[in-house]
Amino acid sequence: MFEEQVIPLDVWISTCINWLVDNHRSIFLKLKWPVEQTLTGIEHGLNALHPLIVIIAVVLLAWRLAGWRTSLFSSCSLILIGLLGLWENTMITLAMVLSSVIFCVIAGVPLGIYAGRSDRFEQFIRPMLDAMQTTPSFVYLVPIVMLFSIGNAAGVLATIIFSLPPIIRLTSLGIRQVPQELVEAAEAFGATNFQVLVKVQIPLAMPTILAGLNQTIMMALSMVVVAALIGAGGLGSPVIIGLNSLDIGLAAIGGIGIVLMAVMLDRITQAAAQKKN
Amino acid sequence: MTSQKVMLEVQNLTKLFGSNPKRALPLLEQGATKEDILQQTGLTVGVHDASFTVYEGEIFVIMGLSGSGKSTLVRMLNRLIEPNAGSVSMHGNNITKMNHDELVQFRLHNMSMVFQSFALMPHLSVLENAAFGLELAGISKPERHKRATQALEQVGLAGWENSRPDQLSGGMQQRVGLARGLAVDPEIMLMDEAFSALDPLIRTEMQDELLKLQEKYRRTIIFISHDLNEALRIGDRIGIMEGGRLIQVGTPEDVLQNPVNDYVRAFFKGVDPTSVLSAKDIASSNYPTIIITKGGNLRTSHEILSSSERDYAFVLDPQHQLQGVVSADSIQDMLEEKNPDNTLRDAFLPHILSVHEDDTMQDILPLVAHCTYPVPVIDSENRFKGVVSKARFLNTLHRNGEASTHAKAQGM
Repeated sequence: MFEEQVIPLDVWISTCINWLVDNHRSIFLKLKWPVEQTLTGIEHGLNALHPLIVIIAVVLLAWRLAGWRTSLFSSCSLILIGLLGLWENTMITLAMVLSSVIFCVIAGVPLGIYAGRSDRFEQFIRPMLDAMQTTPSFVYLVPIVMLFSIGNAAGVLATIIFSLPPIIRLTSLGIRQVPQELVEAAEAFGATNFQVLVKVQIPLAMPTILAGLNQTIMMALSMVVVAALIGAGGLGSPVIIGLNSLDIGLAAIGGIGIVLMAVMLDRITQAAAQKKN
Repeated sequence: MTSQKVMLEVQNLTKLFGSNPKRALPLLEQGATKEDILQQTGLTVGVHDASFTVYEGEIFVIMGLSGSGKSTLVRMLNRLIEPNAGSVSMHGNNITKMNHDELVQFRLHNMSMVFQSFALMPHLSVLENAAFGLELAGISKPERHKRATQALEQVGLAGWENSRPDQLSGGMQQRVGLARGLAVDPEIMLMDEAFSALDPLIRTEMQDELLKLQEKYRRTIIFISHDLNEALRIGDRIGIMEGGRLIQVGTPEDVLQNPVNDYVRAFFKGVDPTSVLSAKDIASSNYPTIIITKGGNLRTSHEILSSSERDYAFVLDPQHQLQGVVSADSIQDMLEEKNPDNTLRDAFLPHILSVHEDDTMQDILPLVAHCTYPVPVIDSENRFKGVVSKARFLNTLHRNGEASTHAKAQGM
């Protein structure tokens, strides 16, 4: 039994993707356009700034949100990154992470709010989120390349798919965790549906939503190396180049850069979430 | 007492929980009980056929054990829960027929609510919480803060405006809840077990606070409670619920003295009647009264007393205001002096004590115990309302004691 393939799903999927590529590629390229614009905007902005200004800005932000320890750590990390010769790659990675997070928030928060308020939508969207989080990213890299071609923007698109679920999930969770009695109280005082959302549910869900944002940022960072496989630049590329040429040192400094960035972004966003609490 | 203008009219309000609840309505009409309905249809009866009227300026307490449907009933009044049948109308406006927009307007301006769990917004300051209803109504910031500040002052929270709710004790949090309800200046305020989550001492304090506010502002309040002492303390009238039905409505004295069934009787078991019944409830008029115009005639008075076979008579003026008390002996003494100038006034007993009609039995007990004559009961205009004798007092205690022993015997 089961010695032969009965359902040629692989063939069907290939046919389907090929048909999309042949006939509707222009649609996908149009979808890519806003992502590309955002990405290049942020990237040019970051690279145009003097590194010192970027460092000062990050240090001030960390100081305001997370206190002097994180601030000190951030400044040391950024200086080390610069001394390791990773500055430009780091800025590209930061731009990619920021633009994918922007799109994740734009799409994820409204979807999460809707899922939080509608059980049916939550049931509908949950298996899709599971699939997005568990499907190995290599599986969708090929169709992404076929539909969107290679480069930073395609890398951002792959990153969006991978890092979108946590913000949807945690936004929904946050909305659901708002005590029913508070919603009832707001309704008793004449709140409309929209007022319940804006004046009660979203403010109270904010810490959880920010925790989702933190998760999304972390997931986006972890996609940097994978995105480098489809020609995206940034801190992933020294790792890939190092791997291909067995240059352990090069791969290692790329890894160090990613770790330092991850810790920085994590501390700053977590502190922001806790401040809201 | 309260003016008898109708504020809220509730008719045949019914709520069943479960799918497709309308199918059980005919069964309920046939008189099926809560248990029957659950067995036959799987539906839970929340409230069945509740009808009552709330008058302007009164505190109407809905009382019952948990699960008796009182919280469901109060939530149907502002339609946080949609009734399956029946109607609620205020000043002739049928609330049950309002569309969504009308309902929102109604909740914004006419009816506010205070919750057992306080339900304060943790992300807002005390002032913003108190102003919450006004904010929803779209009132400008300075105006709503002004009104919220006033409301906070009313409940004794001036100076706490910028605190967060979680910095406040339970009692103070509920004061914020009360201020939030008062700030919108509603026609009716619903209070759902508003003080039940508080310590007994704080609870009593809040009840007093509410009564004090009520003396000043005379709002119409519908108060849900499972605590009988609370109901008796603050209620102008009480409605008692059992198994989703409103089984008796009346003044506390009325319900205490004439319970409709053993359930109600059992409720009052252990209640001290002296704290509920007031002088006017037990005052009797079986002592003779003498109306005088000027001095009063000693002889006619003597005649009245001896024919009534009582030892004391109460002297009133034509407006029925109490003038004094005379005894058979004091008249006799005056008559024996043979002084033609002696009038009835000269026969008055010295230092006449009287009690106000609203004083409770507890309040009047020492007077009744020490007085040699039955204590006269008067109203605020000094009008004579009857007397309370020692025998009368003891009799009332005895009768109420009997009622609760009876309930005990019934296994309630």
